[in-house]
Amino acid sequence: MADFTQTLMTAAAIGSLYALIALGYTMVYGILKFINFAHSDIVVLGAWSSYTVADQVLPRLGYDSRTIPPLWIGAVILPLIMLFCGFVGYVIERLAYRPLRRAPRLNVLITAIGVSLFLQNLGQLDFMFGASPEKMPALLPSWELASFSFGTGEATRKVVISLVDTMIFATSGTLMLVLEYLVFRTKLGTAMRAVSYNTDTAALMGIPVDRVISFTFVLGSSLAAAAGFLYVMKYPGINQPAHTVWVLLGLKAFVAAVIGGIGNVRGAVLGGFVIAFVEQFGAFYISSNYRDVYVFALLIGILLVKPTGLLGSPLREKV
Amino acid sequence: MLSINDLSVSYGSIQALRGISLHVEAGEIVTLIGGNGAGKSTTLRTVSGLLSPRSGQIQFEGQAIQGQPPHLIAQRGLVHVPEGRGIFANLTVEENLQLGAYFRHDKAGIRTDRERALTLFPRVRERLQQQAGTLSGGEQQMLAIARALLSRPKLLMLDEPSLGLAPQIVQTIFQVIREINQEGTTILLVEQNASMALQVAHRAYVLEVGCIQMEGDAKALAASDDVRKAYLGAH
Repeated sequence: MADFTQTLMTAAAIGSLYALIALGYTMVYGILKFINFAHSDIVVLGAWSSYTVADQVLPRLGYDSRTIPPLWIGAVILPLIMLFCGFVGYVIERLAYRPLRRAPRLNVLITAIGVSLFLQNLGQLDFMFGASPEKMPALLPSWELASFSFGTGEATRKVVISLVDTMIFATSGTLMLVLEYLVFRTKLGTAMRAVSYNTDTAALMGIPVDRVISFTFVLGSSLAAAAGFLYVMKYPGINQPAHTVWVLLGLKAFVAAVIGGIGNVRGAVLGGFVIAFVEQFGAFYISSNYRDVYVFALLIGILLVKPTGLLGSPLREKV
Repeated sequence: MLSINDLSVSYGSIQALRGISLHVEAGEIVTLIGGNGAGKSTTLRTVSGLLSPRSGQIQFEGQAIQGQPPHLIAQRGLVHVPEGRGIFANLTVEENLQLGAYFRHDKAGIRTDRERALTLFPRVRERLQQQAGTLSGGEQQMLAIARALLSRPKLLMLDEPSLGLAPQIVQTIFQVIREINQEGTTILLVEQNASMALQVAHRAYVLEVGCIQMEGDAKALAASDDVRKAYLGAH
């Protein structure tokens, strides 16, 4: 019971990170119908710029590696990183993807791979983040918000609700609610959904399609940045920008988007949690050596049974 | 109001329009008729900015608009209801209507126009909260026109509004087109249903394989032997 609960809480935290990243994949796919392979590199950018800011700012405010800074510092860094990465997302779309608006989709896809490689290699340069790992300074105290005990005597097991997991879950949850509101309750969100359904017709309504697309990239990239920030809160050992850990993180988030039904915003959130649960429970109860296998096996299973994903609408042949 | 001068458009090596010229004056209903592949839809798609012309000029209210992005052309009041209606099936009927007024900020004006559009199409009002994809073909066409009215068009371009609809619905739609025109909106109507189009229009152009073959008063064209043979099914 204790193990189950603990695994459940880890999965909820990890799942919300997958969901945040998956949202960016799914929104861009929904509108431009291509997979933005450079999306996971925005997560990396978010993680590494969080480190850079913390590393530069904390000593100046008088906190060394042994003292935990007050919570507001993290609360200031997060929106800054989101703004910055949102801007980078905007620039990438403007320079790399917009000129290809009328080009075949394959060209855009290859360009996305190119952008991804560019960002990975740029990130490893010395004047950027360098090619060696770093340790993220702690922004959160390692508090235990609560702990429960299960069992008696020697079999007693303790379950800990940590501040970090709670913060990850709460922050991502808030961001996802804000996104839900933006997409389903505002005029701009309605325009986004219209553009994703039919770009030409949306333009005929007087909707500035390019601006809507830019906005989508800004949104997706800032969510990815938030995921990068929260990720290094939980796992402070930051791998170098081109490390396979990042590639795998992005890949799993992409799988989450596909499992939920790519192009579907709520599906991406659902998919994020589903794969985190499968991964974490599989790792705990079967074997942690195969944690990636569970995720991709689930992908294959879902694609066989419901190729459009859990919440994806069935493909209709147009007559 | 709209004048097109020597307009040519190509899809790759295929020339869809070969130097057509036409004009629409304020207050008119002008129809563009012709068979499949004559270039009718291409003409509208070029005017609204979805296609770029190879050569020629398009002027709207005295200003050249060719090469401008479609959303700016729509914001000028040149509104295009595309063939196949262009309904956003994933949005509700209400959201579809709101998008018609996307670029407008005069709340009171939008409310008036919305009321007017829903009075013209009471069936759309009954379905406001439904997903637009669940509407029947006729209702979708009504929604498409209602939505276009929320853009407060000066010139409304309709592409095949009768396509695939039951005759009774076609009657309703053409009745509304007439009413919209009487309230002061200029209309450019593309139709394969030539007899309906010629009944409602003031003037007409006949388009064949990318060239204007005939033009003139709609009643006169409807009476001419060539048009009757080719488009009205007379022998």
